[in-house]
Amino acid sequence: MTTETQARQAAGPDFGITPSQTIGPFFAYALTPRAYGGPELATEQVAGEGVEGERIRIEGHVYDGDGAVVIDAMIEIWQADARGRFNTSGNAGFSGFGRAEATAEGGFHFETIRPGAIEGPGGTMQAPHLSVSVFARGILVRLATRIYFEGEPGNAADPVLALVPAERRETLIAKRDENGVYRFDIRLQGEGETAFFAA
Amino acid sequence: MSLIYPRDSLKAHPLNATPAYGSTVKRAPSKPLILLPHTLSETTGPVFGHTGVAAGDSDLTRQHQGEPLGERIIVSGRVLDEDGRPVPHTLVEIWQANAGGRYVHVRDQHPAPLDPNFTGAGRALTDAEGRYRFVTIKPGAYPWRNHHNAWRPAHIHFSLFGPSFLSRVITQMYFPGDPLFKYDPIFQSVTDERARERLISRFDLGTTEPEWALGYTFDIVLRGRNATPVEEPHDH
Ligand SMILES: [Fe+3]
Repeated sequence: MTTETQARQAAGPDFGITPSQTIGPFFAYALTPRAYGGPELATEQVAGEGVEGERIRIEGHVYDGDGAVVIDAMIEIWQADARGRFNTSGNAGFSGFGRAEATAEGGFHFETIRPGAIEGPGGTMQAPHLSVSVFARGILVRLATRIYFEGEPGNAADPVLALVPAERRETLIAKRDENGVYRFDIRLQGEGETAFFAA
Repeated sequence: MSLIYPRDSLKAHPLNATPAYGSTVKRAPSKPLILLPHTLSETTGPVFGHTGVAAGDSDLTRQHQGEPLGERIIVSGRVLDEDGRPVPHTLVEIWQANAGGRYVHVRDQHPAPLDPNFTGAGRALTDAEGRYRFVTIKPGAYPWRNHHNAWRPAHIHFSLFGPSFLSRVITQMYFPGDPLFKYDPIFQSVTDERARERLISRFDLGTTEPEWALGYTFDIVLRGRNATPVEEPHDH
């Protein structure tokens, strides 16, 4: 008998995954509790001072299908370090993970470093990108997307961007404004709808 | 440990486009999702050690000077993967309404009292066997404006990471036998009955503590299977 069989017998017959449910409107005091004085697990500061790499700021809004600003969303990002490595110990001040609330003004932001390129499927290279999860009231299953960067030469050969219909690729590319801030808006539905992935 | 993430498992999830839950109507993507290959970006994820969890974070009844009102309960269980293997040392975050069905959140306008002795937020790390345990009070049902006379069944919100970006999930735990299940479009958004039942905790006399608190068990199964099941050497 395999250990897998033993584990199944020990824990019962049904190993389907636990289904997702909405984060609801009232998560902030637990998950993004700054305004409530609660301890924060993670914030929009993904990279502290002194972390290797080009420091970048990303700002955006979340919009619904009417173009109205969504004020009860939580955005999480996950990323490699400047050398394209994940979960590196010895890279003090860099977690790779960020969590931000879309505030009443509708905006979210992250302070981090530009990630390096990372290996993709079949010997390809993926352009620098952040993995993004969007949670909100009315979203029953986490929406997964990616943030790429305008002007990045690797974008043209990125194997994941290549899967996105050409006319929608721009929705995944953060644009640099006159202040050097990357703008990345998330449109849940309709005109300019952000490309979301089945992960 | 190398894990694979079968896409078939995703069928347990609700559809974002679930019109009976009104807030989905303008928030569900209208275009098909694009199949994402599972690259390093997806198969890795954040690791939270004890730095994220303080002693006492798992006892929601002792975060203030006095004790909260309501029915004291113990919610415990195991976090497992799709092979039934424990997911050790993983972060579990919870939040909930108080016994009167009111959230601390500033935008909760339900006319039920706040409890000065209850915030309703907790964190725990699973142990080496994937076990977690919270002490809290049973949350009340609360009304919402989704449709006429709409009430949410009592529930506790759960957030889990598991081993990677792919196992990340936010869900809700319900209590057995709730008469509101059949009227709740969020619970019913999970269309597969067996999957829906996985959202319901079990009353558990074994974890109930005499003269103290009722026990409810809630096991959570995250995405991910072992890529290469290990054969035990002496088995035939
Ligand atoms: Fe709730």
